[in-house]
Amino acid sequence: MFDRIWDRHVVTEMGGGWDLLWLDRILLHDLSGGRALREVAEKGLRIPHPRRVFAMADHAVSSAPGRTAASFPQGALLLESLRAECAAQGVTLFDLGSAGQGIVHVVAPEQAIVLPGLTLACGDSHTCTNGGVGALAFGIGASELAQALATQCLPQRRPGTFRIRFEGARQPGVAAKDMILHAIHRFGADAGTGMAMEYAGSAVRALSLEQRLTLCNLSIEIGAKFGMVAPDDTTFEYLAGRPYAPQGRDWDAALADWRSLPSDPEARFTRDEAIRMEDIAPQCSWGTSPEHGAAVTGRAPRPEEARDAAQSAAWKAALDYMGLEPGQPLLGTKVDWVFIGSCTNSRIEDLREAAAMLRGRRVAEHVTAWVVPGSAAVKRQAEAEGLHRLFTDAGFQWREPGCALCVAANGEAVPPGARCVSTSNRNFVGRQGTGARTHLASPATAAASALAGAIADPRA
Amino acid sequence: MTPFTTVTGPAIPWLKPNTDTDLIIPIQDLLRPGREGLGERCFARLRYRPDGSEDPDFICNRPPWRGAPILLAGENFGCGSSREGAVWALMGMGVRAVIAPSFGDIFFANCFQNGLLPVALPMEAVRRLAEGQGANATVTVDLEREVVIGPDGEAIAFRTDPLRRAALLEGLDGTGLILRHADAIAAFQARAEGERPWQ
Ligand code: SF4
Repeated sequence: MFDRIWDRHVVTEMGGGWDLLWLDRILLHDLSGGRALREVAEKGLRIPHPRRVFAMADHAVSSAPGRTAASFPQGALLLESLRAECAAQGVTLFDLGSAGQGIVHVVAPEQAIVLPGLTLACGDSHTCTNGGVGALAFGIGASELAQALATQCLPQRRPGTFRIRFEGARQPGVAAKDMILHAIHRFGADAGTGMAMEYAGSAVRALSLEQRLTLCNLSIEIGAKFGMVAPDDTTFEYLAGRPYAPQGRDWDAALADWRSLPSDPEARFTRDEAIRMEDIAPQCSWGTSPEHGAAVTGRAPRPEEARDAAQSAAWKAALDYMGLEPGQPLLGTKVDWVFIGSCTNSRIEDLREAAAMLRGRRVAEHVTAWVVPGSAAVKRQAEAEGLHRLFTDAGFQWREPGCALCVAANGEAVPPGARCVSTSNRNFVGRQGTGARTHLASPATAAASALAGAIADPRA
Repeated sequence: MTPFTTVTGPAIPWLKPNTDTDLIIPIQDLLRPGREGLGERCFARLRYRPDGSEDPDFICNRPPWRGAPILLAGENFGCGSSREGAVWALMGMGVRAVIAPSFGDIFFANCFQNGLLPVALPMEAVRRLAEGQGANATVTVDLEREVVIGPDGEAIAFRTDPLRRAALLEGLDGTGLILRHADAIAAFQARAEGERPWQ
């Protein structure tokens, strides 16, 4: 499937194994979008296909209830420049206050901007999320972004492929987030460097489209550039009727084409692994790399158990930063913050999963708990279902869509030394704020931990 | 792009695995336009103490490595976020080449866009180079000959993708390279839009 889509997008071979790849879509966000568009203009060029480009206000916008751009002045400058460049070059911007605003990788599938069989690039490493619909989606840096905008193409080398088959049935309390955290822990944060992941197997076929997006979201945390799930009826049902989905005869033609995309059983992969679902329990990371994983019922490791001196030193530094003792059980570790949000886990099903844990219960007194819906559409849907009441009645703050505490680029941060169970994707040093300690987990585990005031098992 | 041919100088031994780009440059430093001053903020969370003063124990603050042009790193250097600011910050601090067993893929691509040379060598070789570091030790990275010369004179060969190497040696502009294929791009677009109009 990957090769099939790749081959369809090769404009020309450039020699030495490089292909000039056509990009069907380019996504921009407020941190780098304005600058990239301006760079094209400064070269005396115009972007050739504005209708293939979409921009979002998400990274550097406040998530405070009632926010405006001015709520975070530094971000307002970035957004102002993005607005001006989008207007000048004819690019659609999902601005603050608009019905479609949200995190770029939440909005693209939700609006059907990304479709099966497409190529899509964005100046953001979690662009791999979009592969959950069966597209070839990858993150790039600022220079490549400007080149892509100017030409609608990028020189790329075909990556190796890495398939993980998840076989069997999900155990109770296990979410897509737990599946991928388990895989990263098992194979390592660089196991898939530069590769294209394909997730397959009976457990992946059984996932909803939103759960597949969660699975693909963390592909970059195993080092991969792409994450993909073969499109099927689940995908098509999800996309049908969404704002940018093809209509009428185009839809019928597209559907016939998409059905022909999935992997043939004979396809070969550079690396092929299988994971049995009965081996996967709810997860909670303990350290400062997504590979520092454990079952929520597990323990922080002992540095002397590491495979070599470098890993032992890294574990020791991570335990220090996280304020954990070697061998300490994760369950019961006191938590100060809980964040439910980010392009990993802020969609309607994530919020339903978390809210279901909360009915009639209260967040522990000492915990600050936030829910930041991934998009304005998710927020509206959640409010229509009354989920926001479940959250606020339990003591969660119900906030405005954006990246917020996933990256702390919007003036909001977890305070130094505070421990946060987070549904986001990175537990790096300082990611959620200088000195902040992040434990990655699923929405259900995050909700359970908020109630307990400590890391908790969602099955308990 | 700054062309790269050869560089010689002290090499900072920073062998931790999985150094992510958030650690290389905090996102809060990338909210202003422009790249000025990013060198000062490279590794900010390690380089400065909470009160903002320099931490004299951090390796990049110590002689002979302050301002050194080469960084020796552990596996998966530059993993995580796609922020090109990580490359700008390293270059702003004076680094022109990073030698590591493996790199985050987007960081690796970003390096070539700016004239920072990532050199992939086996961990054993990186460790040998690191062990040779001291007061007057220098390392040379020569892209033309594709060789690293260690402090003891040991020559270690490396490979760079030929297209990327040529672009780096000459400091070529990426957009210009793509637009050489303008006719092929136009032909592709016409065909693709005819075959699959929804794309
Ligand atoms: S939610 Fe986090 S990971 Fe996702 S796009 Fe925003 S900052 Fe990046």
